[in-house]
Amino acid sequence: MGERAMTPELEPQERLSAEIAELHAAYDAARAAGAPAETRPRLDFGPYRSSLLRHPTKDPVHADPETIELFSPVFGERDISPLEADLTIQRRGEPIGERIVVRGRVIDGDGRPVRRQLVEVWQANAGGRYIHKRDQHPAPLDPNFTGVGRTLTDDDGWYEFVTIKPGPYPWRNHYNAWRPAHIHFSLFGSEFTQRIVTQMYFPGDPLFPLDPIYQSIVDPAARARLVAEYDHGITRHEWATGYRWDIVLSGTRRTVFEHDLAEEHDDEH
Amino acid sequence: MSTEHVPTPGQTVGPFFGFGLPFARGNELVEPGTPGAVRLHGRVVDGAGEGIPDALIELWHAAPDGTIPDATGHLLRDGTFAGFGRAETDRTGGFWFRTLEPGPTEPGAAPFIAVAVFARGLLDRLFTRAYLPGEAAETDPFLARLDPERRDTLVAVREDDGSLRFDIRLQGEGETVFLEFDA
Repeated sequence: MGERAMTPELEPQERLSAEIAELHAAYDAARAAGAPAETRPRLDFGPYRSSLLRHPTKDPVHADPETIELFSPVFGERDISPLEADLTIQRRGEPIGERIVVRGRVIDGDGRPVRRQLVEVWQANAGGRYIHKRDQHPAPLDPNFTGVGRTLTDDDGWYEFVTIKPGPYPWRNHYNAWRPAHIHFSLFGSEFTQRIVTQMYFPGDPLFPLDPIYQSIVDPAARARLVAEYDHGITRHEWATGYRWDIVLSGTRRTVFEHDLAEEHDDEH
Repeated sequence: MSTEHVPTPGQTVGPFFGFGLPFARGNELVEPGTPGAVRLHGRVVDGAGEGIPDALIELWHAAPDGTIPDATGHLLRDGTFAGFGRAETDRTGGFWFRTLEPGPTEPGAAPFIAVAVFARGLLDRLFTRAYLPGEAAETDPFLARLDPERRDTLVAVREDDGSLRFDIRLQGEGETVFLEFDA
């Protein structure tokens, strides 16, 4: 108790929220004056205090991807077990919490499915606790939930996980800072330049406006792309609620080979 | 009728990726004692020069003969050279990989290792390249475009023991050159 009660040195939410509002207002003004939309988080986003010393100050150098960068590592059926896509069966008993199915499609910027590529997820349990030695949040650990899953997309780019809805959890960015519930996703495309790690959020979370990590994406439409949609078609009778979350990677510079085209043609049937 | 699909934004890997992304011997692309094996090592440091203990580095590179690995088994570490590695940093921001030195993928091209950097406090991944030191790096057209001072941040240093050192500085003096590719 003591430590949590005695943290007067931490900044108040009001200060953080004011900084976020100011950065968003400046973006809105720039947009109104004709600036292009920003589709990525700002690396230099002051309200996320941990970013202060961890963002490059120089512009990235434009590079044409060279050979190796135009390919991605190849993961196959032998790398992972199909059971790894179900995070509710990894231990002896049923994990505690709301069982959910998360399903979506991974495509590239040209709308092509990302086929047979690795999708990795990790998350807190229903109580907002990670199985990690540095997670000191005094919420219960669930002996039946590790919070880690892997799968491969299918031939049309679909992935699916069965898991438990994660809880929100406190962190030390400022006083009374809580992360909205989220699932971390790690993805590869057909080339290494498409590599991405991101977070999926749940619709209607009251913590959204308060969270500097989510708000580091200053464009509201871009931010909304991280929020899954409740989908009753994915929800399973007397088993699990369902969420749909599609992921778009950047475009690819790879030459489209004839067999890719043939496969795409097949998709239309 | 081409529809434009806007990419999903990235987010920080957060502090607790340590139980989600690292996998057994992810930093060992080859077995100990493999002929030609080299130790690639370095530190990830922040703008104050402090090591970052919660960063993750990924490598992806060609085989010594310049070919692009296309075997599966990247997560298995079963003796297949797959060209992909993943390591989390230690308490001091240090990381190391055991791998093979890539060859040029095209005649005359400077061999390099593609590197992706993730960290708590870093809101999106960064890409960079670790070029092998040597003659090809001296003449590479991409490296030649950079200021000599910044250019050095992309070239690994050959240590006395034969290992390659590649430090990654996210901010400040000696800030690593990070790359941007067209979407």
